Amino acid sequence: MLRTEEMLLNVGPQHPSTHGVFRLVLKIDGEIIKEAKPVIGYLHRGTEKLAENLQYTQIIPYTDRLDYLAAMTNNYVLCHAVETMMDLKIPDRAEYLRVIAMELGRVASHLVWWGTYLLDIGAVSPFLYAFREREMIINMLNELSGARLTFNYMRVGGVKWDAPEGWIEKVGEFIPYMREQLKGYHDLVTGNEIFMNRVKGVGRYTKEDAINYSLSGANLRCTGVKWDLRKDEPYSIYDRFDFDVPVQEGGDAWARYHVRLAELEESLKILEQAVEQFPKEGEILAKVPKIIKAPKGEAYVRIESPRGEIGCYIASDGKKEPYRLKFRRPSFYNLQILPKLLEGENIANLIAILGAIDIVLGEVDG
Amino acid sequence: MSGEKDLEQLKKEAAAKAKAAALAKQQGGVEEAPAGDDEKAKAIAAAKAKAAAAAKAKAAALAKQQGGAEEAPAGDDEKAKAIAAAKAKAAAKAKAAAQGGAAGDDEKAKAIAAAKAKAAAAAAARAKAKPAEEETPEELVPSPNQPYLDKYVKVIEEHLGKDVLEDFYINNLSKDVPTLVAKPENYYKIAEFLRYNEQLGFNYLSEFHGGDFETHMEVYAHLYSYNNRQSVALKVKIDREKPEVESLSKLWAGANWPECETYDLLGIQFKNHPNLYRIMLGDDWIGHPLRKDYEPYDVEV
Repeated sequence: MLRTEEMLLNVGPQHPSTHGVFRLVLKIDGEIIKEAKPVIGYLHRGTEKLAENLQYTQIIPYTDRLDYLAAMTNNYVLCHAVETMMDLKIPDRAEYLRVIAMELGRVASHLVWWGTYLLDIGAVSPFLYAFREREMIINMLNELSGARLTFNYMRVGGVKWDAPEGWIEKVGEFIPYMREQLKGYHDLVTGNEIFMNRVKGVGRYTKEDAINYSLSGANLRCTGVKWDLRKDEPYSIYDRFDFDVPVQEGGDAWARYHVRLAELEESLKILEQAVEQFPKEGEILAKVPKIIKAPKGEAYVRIESPRGEIGCYIASDGKKEPYRLKFRRPSFYNLQILPKLLEGENIANLIAILGAIDIVLGEVDG
Repeated sequence: MSGEKDLEQLKKEAAAKAKAAALAKQQGGVEEAPAGDDEKAKAIAAAKAKAAAAAKAKAAALAKQQGGAEEAPAGDDEKAKAIAAAKAKAAAKAKAAAQGGAAGDDEKAKAIAAAKAKAAAAAAARAKAKPAEEETPEELVPSPNQPYLDKYVKVIEEHLGKDVLEDFYINNLSKDVPTLVAKPENYYKIAEFLRYNEQLGFNYLSEFHGGDFETHMEVYAHLYSYNNRQSVALKVKIDREKPEVESLSKLWAGANWPECETYDLLGIQFKNHPNLYRIMLGDDWIGHPLRKDYEPYDVEV
């Protein structure tokens, strides 16, 4: 009788498809994965420890380096936590700038996911299209904040820079262009039979599993849970916009693909309305003291990042530095289900499953 | 409180004065208006000031207990005034009457006062849950989440007994989340109950972490129920010398890695955890960095 021996296979820590330093120790029997053990922590920089000796404004650049593909939401969650504790009222113009920046970031982040995911499973050209569009967003955010990835744009009480002359119009022009491109994406990939065979029914989990494993974002919505913090626990000014929360029932990589692409369209919808409603003038920073001190006590806030629910917990003793700061990083929580998904899977599906979770290692390791 | 009458009078004056100052600042400080008409507002402000002072004394005691750096003698006139100012400012927002002068407070004191008032409010909310506090119900606007907290506590007490909770309150700083503080020995029991009870059904673990508060360690879990669309924060205070608590990973699979992280960075042991290991740092790392007494150990330095 034919038999194979169990062997250990290392994927990573340096592997192009893990999109960072992430290692998987696989126990395989032939082509079947018996057990998968993720090894993380290669990028752990101790953000939370560092933050204990920094003033709130000084922590913002560190948040850029957590989820570096969508740094705007990270900026926001920290500011939002401090603002919630201080009970600050944010000027309208600042809120609109924040929402536009965050939604542009979400589009850029999903584009990276779309491009690299397809690259991972063997389609090279979509990557080039995705990065072409992403480059435009990055350039816009660069004009706004002066940086391409690590924006350091938001402040407690508002934003650092006002939009440059003609910037809002530029965003407005980008929206119809991006819509047109999205159609092209669908034509190019969505109906492709090879692609469908690669992702359909792969990495499937149920709604109960998703909730049990604390999944969030597209990883949760692909199982039919209609849940988006922008809609269900509105923060900032998201209650002023009309948009849908895309859901799929399948719970597989195919469903996640569709949720993310539909989210791109919803983000464009939000952007369109934000550009339309953008106040002609106004303050971009609320009246805040020079040295920001969160009141004594603790707070936990959560918002919707492109990867799911990002949260920030602050315990303050009334000083200018937080006593304890904690980020709830969606990638860290989302990655937990990976060993379960890989067990019994064919090794060829490994990358298709890992890629569909959409992790950023800077965020996993904190 | 002793010397009630004198203190009362003093506070009343301070409150009124501070209120006027706050308003004057808000409106640019030029408006003049008769002050005699807001007797009622004054009374309310006074009551608030009193409550704030009581809450503050409590908070101060607590701070002292926890070894916090802040020292706040309860009789301190300046601080009482600042708190009264912040409280009164909130109360008087709707009123149009204002009196000039008394603009001695500088910007910084204001900011501090505002922050203090928040802390005081939180402390007051906590105090409310306990008997023997002389507070009038009118000076606290009940949080919209108060009924939820009442419900959770009622259901828990009905099923698990009267004294399984150490404390419970609405956390005003944290979007009014109902917060339960479990006694360490009942922590798992309560978590299990929150998870599986039909009326509660908190099936989603949104966030899990620990903290070192020098007098004790703390574990904080933010739970959410997708069926009822409600949140709750569950905390437990544990002994700092022997930080050990039951693992929740049997209840929520999502607690697995966050517990590893908490163990790694804070040294809290989780009993019955399937695989507790140093998830971020290496196995040979010495110490737990997020502990406040952590000393970095590096052979090369």
